[in-house]
Amino acid sequence: MKILYFAWLRSRIGVGEEELSPPPAVGTVGQLVDWLKTLSPGHAAAFAETALVRAAVNQDYAGLDHPLHPGDEVAFFPPVTGG
Amino acid sequence: MTVHVQREDFDPGAEIAALGAGRPDVGAVASFVGLVRAEKDDVSAMTLEHYPGMTERRIAAMEEEARRRWPLDGVTVIHRYGRLVPGDRIVFVGVASRHRAAAFAACEFLIDWLKTRAPFWKLEETTAGGRWVEAKDIDDARAGRWEIEKP
Repeated sequence: MKILYFAWLRSRIGVGEEELSPPPAVGTVGQLVDWLKTLSPGHAAAFAETALVRAAVNQDYAGLDHPLHPGDEVAFFPPVTGG
Repeated sequence: MTVHVQREDFDPGAEIAALGAGRPDVGAVASFVGLVRAEKDDVSAMTLEHYPGMTERRIAAMEEEARRRWPLDGVTVIHRYGRLVPGDRIVFVGVASRHRAAAFAACEFLIDWLKTRAPFWKLEETTAGGRWVEAKDIDDARAGRWEIEKP
């Protein structure tokens, strides 16, 4: 599964992209967040306040209950500030 | 429909002219140009980051939604990324239609939606280091007027 991080999530985790194979029990975006938090102190810091984190699955906005499948592209980022 | 996500600057006059060129049915072109504002004394520049792929998809989706709501003859959206300084152009939205009401409304709709839906993030350069800009409630409120679902 391809995981992407943007803005301060990337700064805290230290990489913008990683290829990971979550355990089979990880079936939703919310469960992926809980698993990612356990990977490193940087991951834990990035996901410390989940209210500030938005997610996209295969480049569409997705909620915490959105289902995941092997091969999905999942991105995490703060609320957007373009324009 | 023209969407450009680019580092380079753009020429608003040329973009506006292109929207009406060779289209005698077009009676109105409305446009918006966003500039980097020098708001805080300690901010010397900002770097815009985006999510390549998703950015283009989101902008295409918002153009589709605008066309559902108003009769439009042309839409151009340009959004820059990379390092920008106060005064630099950052975003262009241009809309062509038969009449001005649709052009004005669709242009405002598109920039309100860009602000809250397109995956861009601003990192300000300050004397104390980099600082990520936080999303503003006022932008959500403006987008909410169009009954846009919040991400």
